[in-house]
Amino acid sequence: MNLEAEGLRKKYGDVRALDGFDLAVPPGVIHGLLGPNGAGKTTAVRALATLIDVDGGVAKVAGFDVRTQAAQVRRRIGLIGQNAAVDEILGGRQNLVMFGRLYGLGKSDARTRADHLLAMFGLAEAAERAVSTYSGGMRRRLDIAAGFILTPAVLFLDEPTTGLDPRGRNEVWGAVREVADSGTTVLLTTQYLDEADNLAARISVMNHGRVVADDTPDALKRQIGGGRVTVTIAGEAPLQTEQISAAVGIPAVADAVARSLTFEIGAEVAAIARIVRALDESGLTPEDLVLRRPTLDEVFLTLTDNSREAVR
Amino acid sequence: MIALRAGWILTQRNLAHWVRQPWAPIFGLMFSIMLLLVFGFLFGGAITVPGGGDYLAFLLPGMLALSMMFGVESTATAMTNDARKGITDRFRSLPIGSSSVALGRVGADLANSAVELLVLIAGGLLIGWRITSDPGSAALAVLLLLFFRFAMLWIGIFVGLAFRGEGAAMAVQVLVWPIGFLSTAIVSVETMPGWLGAIAAWNPLSATATAARELFGNPTGITEGPLADSAVWLAVGWPVVLTAVFLPLSARAYRRLRAG
Repeated sequence: MNLEAEGLRKKYGDVRALDGFDLAVPPGVIHGLLGPNGAGKTTAVRALATLIDVDGGVAKVAGFDVRTQAAQVRRRIGLIGQNAAVDEILGGRQNLVMFGRLYGLGKSDARTRADHLLAMFGLAEAAERAVSTYSGGMRRRLDIAAGFILTPAVLFLDEPTTGLDPRGRNEVWGAVREVADSGTTVLLTTQYLDEADNLAARISVMNHGRVVADDTPDALKRQIGGGRVTVTIAGEAPLQTEQISAAVGIPAVADAVARSLTFEIGAEVAAIARIVRALDESGLTPEDLVLRRPTLDEVFLTLTDNSREAVR
Repeated sequence: MIALRAGWILTQRNLAHWVRQPWAPIFGLMFSIMLLLVFGFLFGGAITVPGGGDYLAFLLPGMLALSMMFGVESTATAMTNDARKGITDRFRSLPIGSSSVALGRVGADLANSAVELLVLIAGGLLIGWRITSDPGSAALAVLLLLFFRFAMLWIGIFVGLAFRGEGAAMAVQVLVWPIGFLSTAIVSVETMPGWLGAIAAWNPLSATATAARELFGNPTGITEGPLADSAVWLAVGWPVVLTAVFLPLSARAYRRLRAG
């Protein structure tokens, strides 16, 4: 495992920001940390990135203990916090050269690496401009590039697309995939479910300082069930709702206007075959068949009951 | 070694800011020059120096010391801004020594203050202020002024690290005025009511201002008391004491960032 946490605890006054936080992420994957505001995502990232001390539990990053081997951990991580923590007054290239030298590179190595990263993240043209003139997406990409100078074992991204427009979001997603493709483990916190769904191979859903579910996005959706099949029937023939429901073994909901039948199949994928067979036997021609999985939003709401207002 | 190297890189970062945005330090300088002109010419005619001497000759070393003290505000503001924008956190996640962030600030601010001193000295010479001592003493005066700035730096770093939000930097901005004026920088403490003068004489700023006057060969406006006898030693001692208090406090504040 490249990232391991067991029973992390952190209290701020009476608030348990982390309350038995567990995590295990293998090398080279994007792992999503999903949760409403105040669930403890940022605290978890800050603890794993050696920025804060925890009150209890053990965490290892790239095999090193974050408490007793902080220096080794820092050589192997990149941290992208909630604000784009790059120097706004300096140019993009100046920023990357500075961070490169802070990571221990010599002057000429730092320049070579900066040019490589500027090209990799599509910033070569804006290299000399002051960062204050960058768009939100560009700033974020520069931010990610700065965290990627030593090709870290683990890159932490804390809500990297909050406040970005759709275009900036796409740019950042591309940059994150680029990072993961080169073998870096990415821990990504987000409140946006589609972001986790799009990027993450696995997702830990957090609530009240602990992980309440940990699985692939698909498995999470399956876990709460709720799969649904809608078939649209061609032609003018009656829908024969009752006979078909009986043949399938699942009651169908008919929509006479749309000429569709909807079956709540749950996790039972085999029901799709029975639906098709029943239609065939009744002499009805399906025009369209849609299998709809529950969205991550539904998963999220089921798992974090208190957090409806945090879901967009 | 790593910390020193990183400190130097961060010094260069802060110096690069002035190249990219020269207006901030230029306005800072213009402000100091404006204060010099206001007190030198506008108020100066009405002020007499105890023990005799020309007011402009008395004023200039005081203005130099005062501008070193005002530097505490730019240090605190820069530290607060970096913390607010997440840049301090970014630096803290890097494999650099924990003293690097402060060292970078110290290097850049001392360089800025050295330039400020040179410009103010040149401006003073232009409007008729003169150094009447030897070059060695004058150099020592500049060093003592920078040493005072060094102590102010640690106060600024401590405030910037220990107090979140812009309120702290604002408080410093407001407080430097009464503390700066409650000294012998602009008028001699001997023209103040006895009790007030006693307080002002113990202001570290008074020690540095009086020492600079002595070393430049200017009138000190001080005829008796510890300031008259041993201003240079006080100008060494006060910054040592302030640094001994605020450097460890800054280090502690930096470590306490880890408490979250």
